[in-house]
Amino acid sequence: MGILEVKGVNKRFGGLQALGDVNLNIQENTVHAIIGPNGAGKSTLLNVLVGKLIPDSGSVLFNGQSVLGRKPHEINQMGISRVFQTPEIFGDLSVIENVMIPCFAKRDGAYRLHAFESVGAEDSIVAQAETMLADVGMLEKRDMHAGSLSRGDKRRLEMAMCLVQEPKLLLLDEPTAGMARADTNNTIDLLKEIKAKRDITMVIIEHDMHVVFSLAQRITVLAQGSPLVEETPENIKGHPKVREAYLGEAQV
Amino acid sequence: MLKLDRKDTLLLVIVALMTLAAPIILNPFPTGSALAQFNAGYPDLMQRFVIYGIFAIGFNILFGLTGYLSFGHAAFLGVGSYSAVWMFKLLSMNVLPAIVFSVIIAGLFAVVIGYVSLRRSGIYFSILTLAFAQMSFNMAYSVLTPITNGETGLQLTLNDPRILDGARAATGLPVTNLFGFEMRSTAHLDIAGWGFDFSVGYYLSAVIMLLAFYLSMRIFRSPFGLMLRAIKSNQNRLSYTGLNARPYTLAAFVISGMYAGLAGGLLAAMDPLAGAERMQWTASGEVVLMTILGGAGTLIGPVLGAGFIKYFENIFSKINDSILHQWFSFMPDGIEDFLVTLVHPFIGKGWHLTLGLLFMAVVIFLPGGLVEGGQRIGRLFRRNKAGDTASPATTPAE
Repeated sequence: MGILEVKGVNKRFGGLQALGDVNLNIQENTVHAIIGPNGAGKSTLLNVLVGKLIPDSGSVLFNGQSVLGRKPHEINQMGISRVFQTPEIFGDLSVIENVMIPCFAKRDGAYRLHAFESVGAEDSIVAQAETMLADVGMLEKRDMHAGSLSRGDKRRLEMAMCLVQEPKLLLLDEPTAGMARADTNNTIDLLKEIKAKRDITMVIIEHDMHVVFSLAQRITVLAQGSPLVEETPENIKGHPKVREAYLGEAQV
Repeated sequence: MLKLDRKDTLLLVIVALMTLAAPIILNPFPTGSALAQFNAGYPDLMQRFVIYGIFAIGFNILFGLTGYLSFGHAAFLGVGSYSAVWMFKLLSMNVLPAIVFSVIIAGLFAVVIGYVSLRRSGIYFSILTLAFAQMSFNMAYSVLTPITNGETGLQLTLNDPRILDGARAATGLPVTNLFGFEMRSTAHLDIAGWGFDFSVGYYLSAVIMLLAFYLSMRIFRSPFGLMLRAIKSNQNRLSYTGLNARPYTLAAFVISGMYAGLAGGLLAAMDPLAGAERMQWTASGEVVLMTILGGAGTLIGPVLGAGFIKYFENIFSKINDSILHQWFSFMPDGIEDFLVTLVHPFIGKGWHLTLGLLFMAVVIFLPGGLVEGGQRIGRLFRRNKAGDTASPATTPAE
């Protein structure tokens, strides 16, 4: 049994079958990539996994528990974190505050009225956030305004915010979209490092084959809302079905 | 001290000293002089400074931290006033139960209005709060006359029950007091031409304002305050971080509603009558102006904004043409008349025009409000002193 099981998921937008009978079984502690041409339903699938969309039919089980119908914050509290295509951070706050917020969410749950303690006096939270920042190499930027960081640093910060919660499953939505090659390679190294240091399952949705083949242990190819193939990277490369789906899209 | 860091403690001490010395600071001109009309150190106005300061501090907890712009906060102010006057009528002329009651009732109102309004954000939230406030205003004005006494406003009468101290009120209308200290009693002090008034009502309001200010400081620096700022910054990220924004915003809404109720209760404690106009949308707009003018999201800004607007309302509106003639009397007649005509639209009833222009100037040139103005001056001062070594500070606004 995998950590994340998607069974028979269908989602229709008007006349468009965005997802048709999607079955996925993601094994614990692996890096699983979901690739596919534009409009294959990758983002729809991700939105189903995080509770933003509710499918018309089918089930999504995380560690045996259904995530369907739960709010994004509830799904996060179950142990699923998400990295967005464009980094979503708290731009008006400082870098350290950005990392402290998920620490509070992890410790105190979805809501707690702690209006009379002082943030500065929360030593363990501050220490936790600082360790995490050091881990992604951003400790010297701790007091900077998060909104003024470079794109690459924003990505690092967002990763730190997700990882500090020690999620069991990390969902990455095109983590290198729009990045220069050097930044892309940095992100790959960062993800490899993250994976090497802890037990974490990652699901990556990605366009960039370089990223996919550098990281993934399993690859699912999605086309027109349905999974075409699920294979190891070696077997995907020459797969005729994949070539067909990508015809004119990219060289695989 | 008081679980605040050094900078905050300093700010609190400065605010406390200024507030407690306000009767002296606000009367810088000798009583007989031509400038005496600019003196703001009379109890009635000073009370309004601090009471509206409380109102704005509370509003800032919602608007400044979460970014939810409520256009209906005057409803809570009005509810607070009505509740307080009812306490004076039914229970006792002591202000303490009245103030406590007004805070509780305003809080209950805020739970209901906030629960519904916070289902939407942005402009829709603003419109919902505005609708609720106008509804409250119209109800207070008409349907709820038995409770609010409609147009006339709720007043004390001789035959109110006042269960706790009704017997004392045998002769004339009783006055509000705190364990015997009458709110209106004032000690007058004359020193070589200067006159200072120290009133019980002002000092009670001032102490409560300081407590309210301290509380808001603690909220700003707490994890709760951090979450509220996170809501303003990126609600999407917040929910994917495992936090439920709604209880946080509702708590902020209720806290700020209770502040408004406290202000309303204090207004009634200083002058025990409550009218529906206190709930009108113009009053809700005023607290928005105060907060933005002073600096939304800063600690001291709303208090400054409240003082600024109340000063204009009460001082500029008192200047009339004959005073202007006096000022320009040293000029030749033609020019004198011309100047008076020129300045006329900006004073007296035209004080709104002056305030409007100032407000525009602040929003355009100092988006961070008066506080930003102060910071810029401070930075300029520091740079002059330390040469060019001073780094461009990115300190968060106080």
